Amino acid sequence: MGWAISVHGGAGDIPLSLPPEKRLPREAGLRRCLDVGIAALKAHNHPLDVVELVVRELENNPHFNAGKGSVLTTSGTVEMEACIMDGKTMKCGAVSGVSTVVNAISLARLVMDKTPHIYLAFDGAEAFAREQGLETVEMSHFITPENIERLKQAQEADRVQLDYTQPIQKEVPKDAALADGDSQIGTVGCVAVDNEGNLATATSTGGIVNKMVGRIGDTPIIGAGTYANHLCAVSATGRGEAIIRGTIARDVAAVMEFKGLSLKEAAAYVIDQVPRGNAGLVAVSSTGEVAMPFNTTGMFRACATEDGYSEIAIWDSPTK
Amino acid sequence: MGAWAIAVHGGAGVDPNLPKERQEEAKRLLTRCLDIGISALRSNLSAIDVVELVVRELETDPLFNSGRGSALTENGKVEMEASIMDGPKRRCGAVSGLTTVKNPVSLARLVMEKSPHSYLAFSGAEEFAKKQGVEMVDNEYFITEDNVGMLKLAKEANSILFDYRIPAVGTCGASAAMDSPLQMNGLPISVYAPETVGCVVVDKQGRCAAATSTGGLMNKMSGRIGDSPLIGSGTYASELCGVSCTGEGEAIIRSTLAREVSAVMEYKRLKLHEAVDYVIKNKLDEGKAGLIAVSKDGEVACGFNTTGMFRGCATEDGFMEVGVW
Repeated sequence: MGWAISVHGGAGDIPLSLPPEKRLPREAGLRRCLDVGIAALKAHNHPLDVVELVVRELENNPHFNAGKGSVLTTSGTVEMEACIMDGKTMKCGAVSGVSTVVNAISLARLVMDKTPHIYLAFDGAEAFAREQGLETVEMSHFITPENIERLKQAQEADRVQLDYTQPIQKEVPKDAALADGDSQIGTVGCVAVDNEGNLATATSTGGIVNKMVGRIGDTPIIGAGTYANHLCAVSATGRGEAIIRGTIARDVAAVMEFKGLSLKEAAAYVIDQVPRGNAGLVAVSSTGEVAMPFNTTGMFRACATEDGYSEIAIWDSPTK
Repeated sequence: MGAWAIAVHGGAGVDPNLPKERQEEAKRLLTRCLDIGISALRSNLSAIDVVELVVRELETDPLFNSGRGSALTENGKVEMEASIMDGPKRRCGAVSGLTTVKNPVSLARLVMEKSPHSYLAFSGAEEFAKKQGVEMVDNEYFITEDNVGMLKLAKEANSILFDYRIPAVGTCGASAAMDSPLQMNGLPISVYAPETVGCVVVDKQGRCAAATSTGGLMNKMSGRIGDSPLIGSGTYASELCGVSCTGEGEAIIRSTLAREVSAVMEYKRLKLHEAVDYVIKNKLDEGKAGLIAVSKDGEVACGFNTTGMFRGCATEDGFMEVGVW
């Protein structure tokens, strides 16, 4: 037993040649968020509060595709979505189409705590945010120059980019690790368990670059990008459409329950079922195990457990 | 080859005091929809085509809560959602927040087949609908007098109403709702997503498909999304089965009900009927819901822990049943 926490900043074809100016801020961001989460767990905060806190930090960090730094829709706008779930009570909250709320994950939490519903979207979500007095800003707050550039490139290539990584370098030969050249990152998430076995998960994202206005991905869909029950808490990242079809987050718990696999085995099994290059996830179990499998080139991730173990990584063994 | 099977539903959670006439009306509609589906199956249409066809029929008829006849939001408008899933490759499409699209299930199918995404909502979905040239109408088209009356009652009772379809005579609707005050998300409001519709089909080739469509909860907050458009919750189809759920949206989401049936078949090796029973019995906790399901082997099953579910099912060997309780 003991507490455990894991965070991710997106899975995708993060090139091994990622330049330091792109890699270092993200590693630093993960480190800082991990520390925030560890401190909160050590101070005996409930995992639900811990994951919300950590994801807020990730949303505020412009280097990740959530909150500030969200990728742009085809119209150059920001439409954010987020989701939070409590493993013990199975209560959950989700939002989509949020454009002015500084922390979408906190709005999702309010939907869970303050409404009879689970999921609010677009105008309805924005109106609720204002009713609740959440911090709202001009949409321009979330838009970064990098993302304006990504959108331009995606539109030039006339493709939908999952997010970051390969800004399409037309002259530079593509990395052999790429399946079809689509950059695949996106989404931030955090899962945590305290030493009483209380589990929680939270995921937040701007979606995919050049997405159609109104497109909803896996993040706010319970069972797809986000899920927690008494066995484990999961947050997934990657190609939304594949994660939805594969009900990834739910399946980790289902495989543990119905096939009796351990967290690591279950998580690896589920990721294996998804076509290569499409998904990754972080998960913790009620007994304090951690798993961070991915079948993409890399996944920005970090984890820590009460026994003192901690790790921050981007590439390497996909069997974590 | 295998045998076909089809099931349709018009919502779980029926008022025990529902007038006989309403029950008969519902059974007639379910029978009609079954016949449409059966005829399509006999003409060798694929499962995905049949579920869309049948749900379109349910959406067009004002009786149940989908398309025309949808429940109203707190603002008195209609916001519809739907999803469709094709078992063989688990392709899926979903829409939410539709206000002018005549047949939401068909737009969901177009999202699946003509867009790079799986789920479109609100103005983005409406834009897509325009570009696809689907039939669009004014929001008023979907609003029925019955529902305007129900919304009034819901507001009076200050609750989200279970859409009983009781003629809006005086206060019987409100008092009936308050007679059985049920809890949802711990808040004292009435439950049951009223009369969502759905259809599941397995065709002769053993392909399963599922589709669900709804107007959602009466008096819901604008922007509220329920279980119907959520893949894995209200709708799911795989190589093994096709499932469509109805009932308390929040309970269905929390239990990822539709996916659960398939997961239990896949991982516990249960057959369809056992899987449906297991899931309804064990996975809903305090939640109230129902579902219909078909398997690739031509079986059909339904399960519910509510007082009744409007449903109909038929198999190729001539079995046919339409029921409420």
